[in-house]
Amino acid sequence: MDRITRRDTFRMGAGAALGTAALVDAAPAHAAVPVANVAPPNQPIEAGASIRVIRPSKFIDADETVWNENQEKFIKATGVQVRTDYVGWEDIRAQVAVAARTGAGPDVVAGWAADPHLYSDKILDMTELAEYLGKKYGGWGPLPERFGKKFGTNQWISIPMGCGGGAMVYRKSWVNEAGYASIPNELDRFLDLCRKMQKAGHPAGFALGNAVGDGNGTASWLLWSHGGYQVDEKGAVTITRKETIDALKYGAELYKTLIPGTLSWLDPSNNKAYISEEVGMTPNGVSIYFVLKSDPKYAAIALDTQHARMPGAVGTRYPETANVLNAMVFKHTKFPNASKEFLRFMMEVEQYDPWLTRCLGYWAHPLLAFDKSAAWDGDPKILPYRDAQKMPYWIGYKGPISSASGAVDAEYVLVQMFASVCSGQATPQEAAKEAERRIARIYRRAG
Amino acid sequence: MDASTWVAKRPTPSALAQLFDNKAFLIAVCLFPAVGLLLVFLTYPLGLGIYLAFTDTEIGGNGHWIGLENFEYLLTDRIFINSVWNTMFYTFVATVGKFALGLWLALLLNHHIPFQSAIRAIILLPYIVPTVLSAIAFWWIYDPQFSIISYVVVDQLHLRDKYFDFLGEPWPARWSLIVANIWRGIPFVAITLLAGLQTISPSLYEAAMLDGASPWQQFRRITAPLLMPILAIVMTFSVLFTFTDFQLVYAITRGGPINSTHLMATLAFQRGIPGAQLGEGAAIAVAMIPFLIFATLFSYYALGNRKWQQGSDND
Repeated sequence: MDRITRRDTFRMGAGAALGTAALVDAAPAHAAVPVANVAPPNQPIEAGASIRVIRPSKFIDADETVWNENQEKFIKATGVQVRTDYVGWEDIRAQVAVAARTGAGPDVVAGWAADPHLYSDKILDMTELAEYLGKKYGGWGPLPERFGKKFGTNQWISIPMGCGGGAMVYRKSWVNEAGYASIPNELDRFLDLCRKMQKAGHPAGFALGNAVGDGNGTASWLLWSHGGYQVDEKGAVTITRKETIDALKYGAELYKTLIPGTLSWLDPSNNKAYISEEVGMTPNGVSIYFVLKSDPKYAAIALDTQHARMPGAVGTRYPETANVLNAMVFKHTKFPNASKEFLRFMMEVEQYDPWLTRCLGYWAHPLLAFDKSAAWDGDPKILPYRDAQKMPYWIGYKGPISSASGAVDAEYVLVQMFASVCSGQATPQEAAKEAERRIARIYRRAG
Repeated sequence: MDASTWVAKRPTPSALAQLFDNKAFLIAVCLFPAVGLLLVFLTYPLGLGIYLAFTDTEIGGNGHWIGLENFEYLLTDRIFINSVWNTMFYTFVATVGKFALGLWLALLLNHHIPFQSAIRAIILLPYIVPTVLSAIAFWWIYDPQFSIISYVVVDQLHLRDKYFDFLGEPWPARWSLIVANIWRGIPFVAITLLAGLQTISPSLYEAAMLDGASPWQQFRRITAPLLMPILAIVMTFSVLFTFTDFQLVYAITRGGPINSTHLMATLAFQRGIPGAQLGEGAAIAVAMIPFLIFATLFSYYALGNRKWQQGSDND
């Protein structure tokens, strides 16, 4: 899956990240993060250990730089030889599959959220390490906890390392002109805001094309904010429920207020449209703001940009999820303790805080004590991205985390369901029925 | 010297030399690299692909033999049926377009014109640019907000008051992709047909002119029949490339909007690799094989017909 993706837009922002990182870095390191006094698990490192790690390639230079610095520190402190390979975002899943099937290859994989769940019988138990980290750093956020534990059990199978979240990115002055102080949480008022912004010539933009991140983001936000879900806890398909129909009707109304052309939007489209001031509001990761801050010619837009949680929350149940970086250790490793120690070392505040800070919160922390990290003091506007680990939903909600939940996303089943209703090609009932067929097929062996 | 000491006996060749004298052995040795390459890199993957189509394999998991279940499901799958239809429509229209424009271009270039070789080199450009790059260029051209076409028509010429939505609706999206494919395919057709045109002896045209044949008659009676063999080959390749096109569609629309531009190749990839349904993806890919065989046979037998090549009244 390559071409221009969200990553390119992240790259554009990389310069900004570094520039600001230098400022933030001047603050006293990790002093702000509260740490409980807990003894680390007893994991004596094997003699002569050497481990190989793979993880996704960087979007932001600091991501790789700090990771490598921390790795050097680990090598110095323990004598364990570590090599990290950076793998393209789409390739990492295939490499994990090969490693799991052949029992060879990397010892440690920092992969995507669902990966450890697909190979839970091939990877080491992480309960002791995860509980230690949780106790020491104020507990795990609900989302990383969801992805760290085997579904429906208390057994940890992975160590979530970061959560890349989203938020509503909007122009404060244009939202104010439309008569709203900020983004309203009520869905009908939000629709009213979108109508008014459209009338004022600053419409909102929600990707409804086959965009891996943004298209699926739009679809799941619409579904979840109406109380819908694709499958129940056991994996039985629930997409034709009334909530879905409501969500589809709402989506069709919302679509009328959007900038034309969103049915063909791919991941970078909303970034481009927002930065060129064609849209006044769009949901996205922190990448848009990175770009705006990195270039002085966008200073005015950056100043007027605000971030908010997505509307439609019930209490603090925000209808959102985040992309979790989830690390696992394969059973086939010759050095299980060295591998676990490596993960522990990377997650300890001395190493984790610089990573978090210098990446400007690109990977939001999974451990709640880092809410207080100085990383989040630099710019109050990025605060919504801090809370990515508190999101209660996950891809494939409410079902078990499996290859099926990922496949529904990868095939854009929900995106197509919304797009066909928005474009008037199908009634909500027809669209939901069609989605049900495909989801049932994908889930036929899962659950 | 005494000639009687000379013994007329050939020394027995070494075992190795004898071995290499053996015809059967020599055939086997000479064929081995070619057959080996074919087996490892063509037969095995193709066979594996066909096998996978009859299983429910997922990436990273073991599959079971499920017979025709994948195909039975696909026959009831609206998106798959659409993709078959799209693929045929896309292939047919794009091929006709490429040949009409390519032949026209080749005929023009066959005349003596100034800067002939420079122009021929320029014609090849779309073909030289990597497909993904030209796809990204078209993606920008078709962008709903930043299209150069919309900019010129709406902002400069004021002929419309709304931007074009090239990729936001099924039919405009299909036509947009076909235009991109034609643009990319013309050079291949034009240059190969030009090569074919240049093999036609000028004396034939001279003779025809002496007989008072019109340009249309010359084209109809000389150019067309003599061009037919190469046309058949070029057509076969062009149909195969268009039928299996992937990059343009995947980079520009990913099969959207609303799955209306999925080709069989993009659908097979989307379900097989990102969607991890390896078995079903393989089934879609296998379903392409009969179409490809048919297209190849059609080009060879229908267009390569000798009667046609040599003029209709020559058996």
